[in-house]
Amino acid sequence: MKVIIDEDKCVGAGQCVLSAAEVFDQRDEDGIVVLLDAAPQDAQRAPVEEAAARCPALAIEVLP
Amino acid sequence: MPAMDRIVLVGASAGGLTAADALRREGFNGSLTLVGEELWAPYDRPPLSKQVLAGAWEPERTVLRQEDGIRGLNLDLRLGCRATGLDPAARTVTLADGDRLRYDGLLLATGLRPRRLPFGHDLAGVHVLRTLDDALTLRTQLCAGPRVVVIGAGFLGSEIAATARGLGLDVALVDTEPTPLARQVGTWVGGLVADLHRGHGVRLHLGRGVTGVTGEDGRVTAVDLDDGTRLPADVVVVAIGSVPAVDWLAGSGLPLGDGVRCDSHCRAAPGVYAAGDVANWPDPTTGGRIRLEQRMNATEQSRAAVRNLLADPGDAVPYTPVPFGWTDQYDAKIQFHGRCPAEARVECVDGDPGARRFVALYHLGGRVVGALGWNSARALRQYRARIGTTAAVTAG
Repeated sequence: MKVIIDEDKCVGAGQCVLSAAEVFDQRDEDGIVVLLDAAPQDAQRAPVEEAAARCPALAIEVLP
Repeated sequence: MPAMDRIVLVGASAGGLTAADALRREGFNGSLTLVGEELWAPYDRPPLSKQVLAGAWEPERTVLRQEDGIRGLNLDLRLGCRATGLDPAARTVTLADGDRLRYDGLLLATGLRPRRLPFGHDLAGVHVLRTLDDALTLRTQLCAGPRVVVIGAGFLGSEIAATARGLGLDVALVDTEPTPLARQVGTWVGGLVADLHRGHGVRLHLGRGVTGVTGEDGRVTAVDLDDGTRLPADVVVVAIGSVPAVDWLAGSGLPLGDGVRCDSHCRAAPGVYAAGDVANWPDPTTGGRIRLEQRMNATEQSRAAVRNLLADPGDAVPYTPVPFGWTDQYDAKIQFHGRCPAEARVECVDGDPGARRFVALYHLGGRVVGALGWNSARALRQYRARIGTTAAVTAG
């Protein structure tokens, strides 16, 4: 699984961190998403897909 | 799963498209029709008053899903097509082109229509902002007209004022309330928002009503206020709130009243669900009813509604979100979880309001009902868990 983020679209809602804290974090200064793991293990698939689905800016793309 | 071969989604914005995606993910492989009255492929609205209006984003950047992604959902996509009627007994939706769609399940996600002033909208230069076309038209006008009057200092109006100032325009912001955003975030934070706009050179006319809009040769020239002030204007933006787009449902027998009235499962009638800006449902936290005009809710409620639509009776789950909203104005990113009502007591728990970087909790009836961050997105997140707790005042 590969995760791609779009910092320009990100609004810093932090919903991704609430869904998958092992894969996403936020920058301290502006809350923009930080990708901790661009190729998470399959065990993370459900939370990562949940993060992508919840993102109110659709800034997360999950590739198989 | 109840017998479900045909599902119709009315409203092709964030809510409708999210529902389509969620239905396919949940394994629904029947016929799925998505009806939208605009011609654009489904796009996102929050950037309209910001990046699109500023010219930083081309319209294509707002699409919610690329073409191949839409194709992958295997939709019968009806764009530029308005739904005109619903017969819940016959389970049909009528479209403006005369077509009639049979459904086993229906999701209403038709969103809002902007409220208008009782006068002035016949003049060139007087605008509302709801759609991508609205945003592109308004942008063209802003590029040609240096004096802008924004009527309404809610989220949309204050964002438009900020964007217009960012373009170097002369901006006046008018509201009948003495504080911007008071209903949305209370008067203390609203006061900081007023300072923010003043600091950027916006002229605020608060606690003032608009008595008239003056024009010449069919084009707006000024806005008149109830204190006698005349604000010269090349462009006027009316952002005085919205109403749920339910006019087409009048006479359907569906329960209406400040939107589509649903039960706690987002259900309005057998097989009929609603989600997003248009849905009104019982709120267990207040005992009243709630309707949220927030982008996050369009996603969350659509997902909840279609899960309930597909669920066996008895397995449906009440929809009880922790609301989330945000606004970006100038260099301020303001975000909030829960509710931030004007009557709540506001306690700063993190950061420094003077430095415009803080988190505040909203206390009401002995509980924390909301948490708001100003340029504190990361710090705010941990306070979300405090919402609903009865914890006494503590430093964060």
